[in-house]
This record gives sequence, structure tokens and C-alpha cells, in this order.
Amino acid sequence: MSDLDDMDRAILKALAEDGRLSAGALGRRLGLSQPATWRRVRRLEDAGILKGRRVRLNPEALGFGVTVFLGIKLATKGRISLEDFERAVIAIPEVQLVQHVLGLYDYRLRVVARDLADFERVLRRRIMTLPGVGNVEANVLLSEERRTGPL
Amino acid sequence: MQKADATDRRLLRQLQAEASLTTADLAERVGLSPAQVARRIERMERDGVILGYGAVIDWRALGYAVAVSLRVTLDKTQPRAFDEFLAAARMIAEVDEIQTFLGRVDLRLNVLARDMAHYQHIYRTNILTLPHIADIEALMLVADVKNSESLAL
Repeated sequence: MSDLDDMDRAILKALAEDGRLSAGALGRRLGLSQPATWRRVRRLEDAGILKGRRVRLNPEALGFGVTVFLGIKLATKGRISLEDFERAVIAIPEVQLVQHVLGLYDYRLRVVARDLADFERVLRRRIMTLPGVGNVEANVLLSEERRTGPL
Repeated sequence: MQKADATDRRLLRQLQAEASLTTADLAERVGLSPAQVARRIERMERDGVILGYGAVIDWRALGYAVAVSLRVTLDKTQPRAFDEFLAAARMIAEVDEIQTFLGRVDLRLNVLARDMAHYQHIYRTNILTLPHIADIEALMLVADVKNSESLAL
């Protein structure tokens, strides 16, 4: 669905900031009737563009003080080793994000831990023991900005 | 400081799995009354435990087939390198994430593009012109294997 108009983009932008806006509230903000807004939201959902809502939690307030991004290079490659690695890595609860990438590394991971000692435990016991894992690079997150992107 | 007790965590686990749950759904799942649930959610929103609720946008479905992670090292002999780089990076519409790090790289930008030609255009006209870059490495996204953003509560 590439025939998005400015109103669709405005809807996506508003929902990216507040995913719980009702069709009525959204329509009032954008000068659209509630049924017309609802139809557009529905169309964006059906096209797979709006995939759902997600609650944004404050990790620090919940005792998760450390976020680390890992770049992982596999030591052995082949279809089986990729599958084994992926199956094992997605089961680690501290791993929020696993991306298969092309470039210097094979995978990008986002790991959230309580503190540096907790991160070290996850790294040694869970990450370094993953099947096929080779070189691992760690970068500790200092600050993060999420932006709405090209809407 | 502990801002969430065991019941709060149970509520948050449910919300993490399914953000569109209503107060009544949540109440049923954790065995509280809807009013109790509403009070707890309100408190956690006020205390900044819950920051908000965002829509999840599938950029590929929107026509942005290319996502590239650009890992940037800055010229740290320039005292204002971070501030000036960040201010300029925020002006690029196709950048949807900016992170700063302690580690081998200083920053990461996530760049979204319609196709490789569009990416090449953004890279040449918007990225390479950013101030104080010492080095850039690119990782191109093949697939999200896991993307939960859930905390192990």
C-alpha cells in the first residue's frame, strides 16, 4: 500500500506518539469524522502498516539500569548453525532484539540487564555459550532518542 | 528506588505482551477489580514507570524496504563534536533512532530508505555531510529475528 495520503501519514504520526488514541479523539485532532478516521486506521492495519500497540516502559524505574548493544560474528556458518544460534538466542529473556544483519557482524543484539554485574552474568553464561558464537563486540548505551521517522 | 511491586509487575507483564488490553481484561487476568487496576496504571503513568503507548509501524509495509544501522565514530578532538553531530542528525527525516554509546563506536543512527538507490542518496547527501565524523560502518538489516522490547519483569 504505497498510496498513502497526508491524512494517513498524520494518523500514523499521531498514533506513533500515542497509540491509545481512540478514533474519535484522533479524528477531532485531525479534523476528520470518527467513522472516517476509524476506516483509515482499519485500512492501515489491514495493509500491515499498523502492526499493533506497544507499551513503553521506563527500564530504569523498573530496576534495569544497563542496556548493551552487541555485535556478534558467528565462528561457523551454514544453515544449521544459523538456525541453532537463532533458536537459542531468542530464548534469552534479557535479549530484547535480535537482528540478522550484513556487514562486519552477523547479528545485532539489544540486551537489558539490572546492572553491569548482571550484564556480565548474561554475557558469560548465556551469550558466550551460544552455539556457533565467535567474535562479540559490546557497546553500552548512554542515551537514546526514538524519532517518528519519514512520515 | 523501587516503583513497582509484584502486582504492578504482573500487570506490566500482561501489558507488555498485549498493549491493547482494556482495564477490564487486565483486571480479570491478574485477579483485581477494574478500579484497582485503573488506580495502579494511573500511578505508574504518573511516576514515569509507564512512559506511554506507541503504535508499531511496519516500515517495510510502508514501502521502506531498506534499514541500515550506521555506527559512527566521531573526531573527539572537537569538544562540541557530539552536540553538533546530534543536532544535525535530528534534521534527517529518514533517521528514526539515535543512540550514543560507551564502547568501540560513539553513536548509532538507524536509517530507513525505500530502496538501495534512495539509501545511496541519503548516505551521500545527508549522512556524509554530518559534522565531525571520523569513521562510519554500516550493518544492513536482513531480518528481525526477535523484536520484543519486553523487560524480563
